[in-house]
Amino acid sequence: MSTARVRQVFTSGLDFAHGQVELSHGSGGRAMAQLIEELFAAVFRNPWLDQRNDQACLDLPPGRIAMTTDSYVIAPLFFPGGDIGSLAVHGTVNDLAMAGARPLYLSAGFILEAGLPLADLRRIVDSMAAAAQAAGVAIVTGDTKVVERGKGDGVFINTTGIGVIPAGLQLSGDRARPGDCILVSGTLGDHGVAVMSQRAGLTFETALQSDSAALHELVAALLAVAPGLRCLRDPTRGGLAATLNEIAAQSGVGMHLQEAAIPIRPAVAGACELLGLDPLCVANEGKLVAICAPEDTEAALAALRAHPLGQAAAVIGEVRADPHRFVTMQTVFGGHRLVDWLSGEQLPRIC
Amino acid sequence: MKYIDEFRDSAAARGLAQRIAAEARPDRRYHLMEFCGGHTHAIYRYGVQDLLPAGVRMIHGPGCPVCVLPISRLDLALTLAARPEVILCSYGDLLRVPGSGGHSLLKAKAAGADIRMIYSAADALALAQRHPDREVVFFAIGFETTTPPTALIIQQAAALDLPNFSVFCNHVLTPAAIAHLLDAPEARALEAVPIDGFLGPAHVSVVIGSRPYERFVQDYHKPVVIAGFEPLDVMQSILMLVRQLNAGRAAVENQYTRAVSREGNRKAQQLMAEIFEQRPLFSWRGLGPVPHSALRIRAPYHRFDAEQRFPLIEQAATEHRACLCGTILRGVKKPTDCKLFATACTPETPLGACMVSSEGACAAYYRYGRYQGAT
Repeated sequence: MSTARVRQVFTSGLDFAHGQVELSHGSGGRAMAQLIEELFAAVFRNPWLDQRNDQACLDLPPGRIAMTTDSYVIAPLFFPGGDIGSLAVHGTVNDLAMAGARPLYLSAGFILEAGLPLADLRRIVDSMAAAAQAAGVAIVTGDTKVVERGKGDGVFINTTGIGVIPAGLQLSGDRARPGDCILVSGTLGDHGVAVMSQRAGLTFETALQSDSAALHELVAALLAVAPGLRCLRDPTRGGLAATLNEIAAQSGVGMHLQEAAIPIRPAVAGACELLGLDPLCVANEGKLVAICAPEDTEAALAALRAHPLGQAAAVIGEVRADPHRFVTMQTVFGGHRLVDWLSGEQLPRIC
Repeated sequence: MKYIDEFRDSAAARGLAQRIAAEARPDRRYHLMEFCGGHTHAIYRYGVQDLLPAGVRMIHGPGCPVCVLPISRLDLALTLAARPEVILCSYGDLLRVPGSGGHSLLKAKAAGADIRMIYSAADALALAQRHPDREVVFFAIGFETTTPPTALIIQQAAALDLPNFSVFCNHVLTPAAIAHLLDAPEARALEAVPIDGFLGPAHVSVVIGSRPYERFVQDYHKPVVIAGFEPLDVMQSILMLVRQLNAGRAAVENQYTRAVSREGNRKAQQLMAEIFEQRPLFSWRGLGPVPHSALRIRAPYHRFDAEQRFPLIEQAATEHRACLCGTILRGVKKPTDCKLFATACTPETPLGACMVSSEGACAAYYRYGRYQGAT
């Protein structure tokens, strides 16, 4: 059935000004077809979607295939510096990029809550399409479900991504070795604090923005100059602390950081101070951690800093032999401490 | 961060560390208790102990309100939260504290109870105004720092004649707890626990002033230095305590002059006195029953007292048998002396008072210090 013939059966277009998501938009009937036609297929438009099949059939270039999936349940849906749509693209693109893969295709699964304004949904879908286009990936297949009002949080999005890894490249969390350097691509905690500042009941007069961004081009710049790169990871939930503890555990090594070298914006540091949060445990959505052989560290740092997304990059510490796999840090004060995993949720301290 | 980084400066820290090392006598020990969880957190977070000579040992006191809240009181909060008409609201780090059977407010919330995390007492009042059809209960805890805001919202609720707002009051008092530590049989009988001096609370003292500590100097001859919460404040206060001890003096000194006066905040004190009165006895987790150490709501405000408004029966709850928190809070034992530490008792599965909040001695040691001594 061609697109033109499907369209003929709708008596009027979707009301993106005042309309809202209804249960019928997920029921498999005409309303769902209309939502797909007039929103998802129209905005994400590409040859695979235009075929209107239940799956996308893809031709992949040679190389190992990287595949990842992530679900996005963020509240609020819109926050300074992004929204759930752009985040759903950036997050999955970044998970591919951390393997050195060139991201190619995404799927998009939407779980919509009845009552979500169609205007909001359109804004999210437009943002997703813009993020995908900017990242050079196509959203080639998707799914829509609608749950009753009160059983969702506006919209949940799942994206699965596929990318191709150039021959010979082997980045992995188990490759860190004593003597390697630890780099971050920029300031930490921006995303988490920007989102928290938007949550109900919290108002800061900060100009803080989420750092949500696709990092594959930054990774490409890094790979071009640093063959001694061992491992890349984006420090999302759990922040830098979780990421470094993961890598230390995978590689069977310890790590030692210099707190004074870790880039944190004053506004983020201030908000964390106020809320009793540790910025090292706060989420990022546009930063990477790189473990690099010492001989390539200088070139890697220069490549990061030369890229718009890596201007505040810094070497923050080194990998050490340690059977306990502890991540430790010399504090700005001159003492030492452990940098541990986050325990439970980051909850503000009372005083 | 302006006005904060200055108090974390490593060059100044080195200077103070050298002074402490030069002045601390090698032939004696300095057992200094920081009462407050805020100090404990700062000491571990910045590695202050690394900068102190071997003879200066910090003992981490019971000044973490989340830690010392007894299980039986948390169980009452869970009982309140289970009532369908109730919205229970409280501060964030109270939500994961385990009550009897490992139940917590976070688990109750996951199971459907309406429990809200708030950032200030004023949020609780606003919540009650927004939900006139529900009973909003503020689960209030804390030392004298968080007590005036609770008093204020009770006063405001009275002025507004709010019919659906009440407070489950668990506010506790600092001086009573310090006196209890010094009076405890362990402190007298066991030479193993000589507390030589105290780092006095920072924010608590902003409210109550430095005067209430003068009795510790007179009655017990223990020096007290009221200390700010930044690491340089802590270092400077330690130096001040070392100097007093070297000179055989015991005085209340105020390092935190930028915020604390001798008389404190009179207005806040008057407000507290209007709304609250002392409980004859209150149990502290880890310390047991401590006389006159907590507050309850006065009779004229009983309609805002959740303990008057709802049928609540406090039932005794027992701690894990092997838990050493009581002796850790008194400085007799260290976290690593406890066989539960980092095995059965972790921040994810806390069994004792010192592990439940990041300001507790065991939790702070687990999170920041357990790399030390690992072989």
